[in-house]
Amino acid sequence: MKVEEKKKMATKKLIPLTGDQAVAEAMRQIEPDVVAAYPITPQTEIVMNFAQYVADGKVRTEMIPVESEHSAMSACVGSAASGARTMTATSANGLALMWEIVYIAASTRLPIVMPVVNRALSGPINIHCDHSDTMGARDSGWIQIYSENAQEVYENTIVAVRIAEHKNILLPVMVCQDGFITSHAVEGIELFPDEKVKKFVGEYEIEHSLLDVDNPVTYGPLDLQDFYFEHKRQQAEAMKNSLKTIPEVLGEFNKTFNKNHDLLEEYKLNDAEIAIVVPSSTAGTTKVVVDQLRKEGVKTGLLRPIFFRPFPKERFVKALSNLKAVAILDRSDSFSAEGGPWFSEVKAALYESTKKPLIANYIFGLGGRDIFPEDIKKVYKNLEEMKKTGKVKSLVTYLGVRD
Amino acid sequence: MKKKKGWKEIPIGGLIDEGGTAKQYKTGSWRTFKPVVDKTKCINCLQCWIYCPDSSVNVKDGKMEGFDYEHCKGCGICANICPVKCIKMEKE
Repeated sequence: MKVEEKKKMATKKLIPLTGDQAVAEAMRQIEPDVVAAYPITPQTEIVMNFAQYVADGKVRTEMIPVESEHSAMSACVGSAASGARTMTATSANGLALMWEIVYIAASTRLPIVMPVVNRALSGPINIHCDHSDTMGARDSGWIQIYSENAQEVYENTIVAVRIAEHKNILLPVMVCQDGFITSHAVEGIELFPDEKVKKFVGEYEIEHSLLDVDNPVTYGPLDLQDFYFEHKRQQAEAMKNSLKTIPEVLGEFNKTFNKNHDLLEEYKLNDAEIAIVVPSSTAGTTKVVVDQLRKEGVKTGLLRPIFFRPFPKERFVKALSNLKAVAILDRSDSFSAEGGPWFSEVKAALYESTKKPLIANYIFGLGGRDIFPEDIKKVYKNLEEMKKTGKVKSLVTYLGVRD
Repeated sequence: MKKKKGWKEIPIGGLIDEGGTAKQYKTGSWRTFKPVVDKTKCINCLQCWIYCPDSSVNVKDGKMEGFDYEHCKGCGICANICPVKCIKMEKE
C-alpha cells in the first residue's frame, strides 16, 4: 500500500457495520415519513435497527409494524399516494407474499424504496442467499439495483430515493444485497454526515396527494379495455426514460459524495479477451480471481451489472462485443430450460450486435451454496478453452452442484 | 363519441386528477345492441320499466317514453319481456 493511501485510510472514519445495519443507517439519515415493514430473515436487522431509532426518537418516522408483507406493501401504497416518503424492506418469501401489491405500487407510479436482502425462495425452505426472489420480480415494473458490498448498499439506498422520486421516473426501487454474505458480514463503512444526506435527498413533493381534500383525486380506479393499455405504455416509457435520468442522478450523487456510481461496473475489461458477468457480492470474489489470473498473464475481466431494471443494453453491448468469450453467472434459475435470467437478457442484448463473443451460462450459489475463487477460476479456464476452440462445450452449466 | 385521449395526454398511473368524475362516465358506451321501441305498438304496460336492471327505461305520466341511452347497456331484457314485441335490439 502506498503511503498516500495509508494516510487516506487513517483520516477516513470507518465504522464497523453489517449490510443490514448500513441500510438502517441510510434509512435513519433519509428519515422517511413512513416505514411499514415486517421482519424476515435475513432482512430482520434492517427493521429491528430502524425500529430502535424510531423508539429512541432519533427519527420522526411513522413506523407501522404490520402483520404481514402483503399489509406492509399495502400500507406503503396508501402512504406513498398521500405524498409521504415511504420505505419498507423484505426478503424472499416476504417479497413473494407482497407480490400483488408490488405490481400495484409500480403501476400506480409510487416512488417507494425497498431494500431487499436477497434470499432463496422456498421450497424447499432455505434462508440463505440467491437471487430467485428479486429475479422473479423483474417484470413487476420496479427499478432494481444490485449492490456488491455493505458500503455500496448504504449508498444505493440513499441514491434510490432520488431515482424513485425523479419526475421523469416515478417508479419504486428495490435496493438488493446478498443475504448473510453482505447483510450479516461486518465491514468498515464510511457514513456520510447526516445533514449532507438530508440535503441530497431533500423534501419529497407529490403532485397529487390523496389527502388533499381541496383538490380530490382518485388513486387506483378500475381501468378497463379503454385506458389500461395507455397506462402500461406510460409505465414502459418511464422505465425507458429512467435509463437516461438515472446516470444524471448518479452523477449528482458522485459529485456530492465523491463517489463513482454507474449503471454497471467494468473491471479490467479494456484489453480483456475473456470475461465473467456477475452481479452483487460474487463480483468481489471474481475481482480477486481476475487479479490473480492477470498476474499469470491471462487477459481476464469482469462486468458487474448493477441495474437490472432498467436493463442498460447499450452499455452491455459496448462492453462485451469485443471480447472472445463471456460467461454469465446467474444466482438463480428461471427454469426456462435455457439458463438463468441474466443470461437470457445479455444474450438478447448481444443479438443486435454485429460482433458477438461466445457465451455460456453458469448457474451457481443456489440456496446460499458457497462459491469459491477456485470455482470462478474453473469458469475462466472454460472461457480460455472456448476462446481457443471457438466452440461452446456447454451452454448452461450448474456450477458447484454435486453430480 | 369523441376520440379518447392517448397515453401522453392522461395522468400517470391511472390517477383521476379531479373529483366527481363518475358523473361524466357514460356506462351506455359498453353497449353492443341498443333497444329501439315502436311506440305505435306499445301498450304502456311498463313491464320493460319493471324489469330493466339499470333504470334505463324513461317513463312519464305512466307512459313509456323511450330509453336512457347514456346508461342502457343493451342487455335486451326489455325486448324479451315485452308482451307485444314492440322493442327490437339493433346493432349500435
